[in-house]
Amino acid sequence: MGGMVWSPCPLLNFQSTQRHKDLNHLTNRKARQFVNVIYIMWLRQLKKYFRSKSRIIGSLGQPLLFLLAFGFGFGAIFKKAGAGNYIQFLAPGIIIMSVLFTAIFSGIDLIWDRQFGFLKETMVAPVSRLQIMLGKTLGGATVAAIQGVIVFVLTLIVGFRPHDLVLLPVGAVVVFLVALLFTSLGISLASTMEDMQGFQLIMNFLVMPIFFLSGALFPLEGLPKVMDVIAALDPLSYGVDGLRFAFIGAQSVFGFGTDLLVLVILTTVLLALGSRLFERIQA
Amino acid sequence: MNVIQANDNIITVSSLVKKFDDFTAVDGISFEVKKGEIFAFLGPNGAGKSTTIKMLTTLLHPTSGQIVLNGFNPAQDKDGVRKSLGIVFQDPSLDDDLTAFENMQFHAVCYKVPANIRSSRVEELLKFVELWDRKNDLVKTFSGGMKRRLEIARGLLHHPTILFLDEPTLGLDPQTRNHMWSYVRDINKKEGMTVFFTTHYMEEADRVAERIAVMDHGKIIAMGTGDELKRQTNTGTLEDAFLSLTGHVIREEEATGLDRMRRMGQMWRGKRR
Repeated sequence: MGGMVWSPCPLLNFQSTQRHKDLNHLTNRKARQFVNVIYIMWLRQLKKYFRSKSRIIGSLGQPLLFLLAFGFGFGAIFKKAGAGNYIQFLAPGIIIMSVLFTAIFSGIDLIWDRQFGFLKETMVAPVSRLQIMLGKTLGGATVAAIQGVIVFVLTLIVGFRPHDLVLLPVGAVVVFLVALLFTSLGISLASTMEDMQGFQLIMNFLVMPIFFLSGALFPLEGLPKVMDVIAALDPLSYGVDGLRFAFIGAQSVFGFGTDLLVLVILTTVLLALGSRLFERIQA
Repeated sequence: MNVIQANDNIITVSSLVKKFDDFTAVDGISFEVKKGEIFAFLGPNGAGKSTTIKMLTTLLHPTSGQIVLNGFNPAQDKDGVRKSLGIVFQDPSLDDDLTAFENMQFHAVCYKVPANIRSSRVEELLKFVELWDRKNDLVKTFSGGMKRRLEIARGLLHHPTILFLDEPTLGLDPQTRNHMWSYVRDINKKEGMTVFFTTHYMEEADRVAERIAVMDHGKIIAMGTGDELKRQTNTGTLEDAFLSLTGHVIREEEATGLDRMRRMGQMWRGKRR
């Protein structure tokens, strides 16, 4: 009996480890394929961005205008009020602004894809809608973050000086979170729309208020109660607050931990929502 | 394993219905396509062809009825269906800002063509459609015919079991058209790939297709070989047979891309209440 039990044992063992290996191999391959699809979608967004030089240059006009008009225009009054150097205060707000606009505009890319038919190619591919959403969002967010870096350089030229270089990576994290959050918002919204007109509406009634009420241009202290509440409901406030904390060492209004937490939670929720909405797209 | 695979039908459609609000675009059609067959799907504008193709290619959910493609039901296993299909849409679906090679690469990754053969497979197909020397050019510099060829190469990239061609020769000159069909027939013979196509060129359908279905007002009104349809209608050409089956009245013109998109948006919003 003993012999009979013993002899097949190594064989069984061998088989089970072999099977285990095969399984491992399979899940590895699946995981790699999953990531590959997201990567190729990400890469596509980046290639398209770097190929549209006019878009890159054009998108610098607005932040530059804001920096000059507001930065220098209100600078004197800001100083007189005892609030310090306005450019220092404004720069993080303007960086976040350009990230916001670029990120939301990823939605427009999606609408273009729909108009030019490429969306269909993506929708009939044997990939999960979550992958499409993740790939598009990561791509758009990377582009928005790069835009943020370019505007950061712009602010340096105008005279902005970050107070502590060690905190720059922390700022980068905030910028990327803001980019992710608003890219997933833009794509979620765009997935429910068929043309640009609808998106224009979003621009005017959602993105502009989000920007102007976020405290990107003014301090959130000493505001009327209503404005306090509105600012606290505005997700961008947390991005501006977080970046100001990292870049100019400002006292955080909400607390830096809260800033990060709010951004992470909202991003997760919107990513989930976005892939649900993608699931329903019928081209 | 199941009943569907017991016979040699690669596409089985039974009592398929698609309604948009109170409009019935596809009204209970049933048909089969055999494995390795070249099958033409004809009909005037607005007959329901595109809606049918959208349901077959997982882009639209049927209101009722059943579809089985290559043993997969699109309602249950979309990815199974998607992997089995190569599709060339009626409207271009290439990314103009990417090169021919990048468009192919994108497709290869999405369809999980193994990394080690990806480049060689892309090369093989770009050579096949004679675009290899333009591989690094942006697609927006391509002519209409070149784009079509690229789309066909892309559709074939992952060795699909069934190739869908929705008016693939629209706007192409006779040379390109001939060329395109010779590629498709070539692959059809070599790999036994089933081809399902729509066209408004009747002589093309007559020449290429082994079997033809004619659809009108959401229903299939005739099905058979070209000769059978001619005999049935007592006519000499497929064009005459088609006209005799579907009448001479001109149908609603095809809407522009934007109109179509608006309509899709409405359909889609309607579906979501």
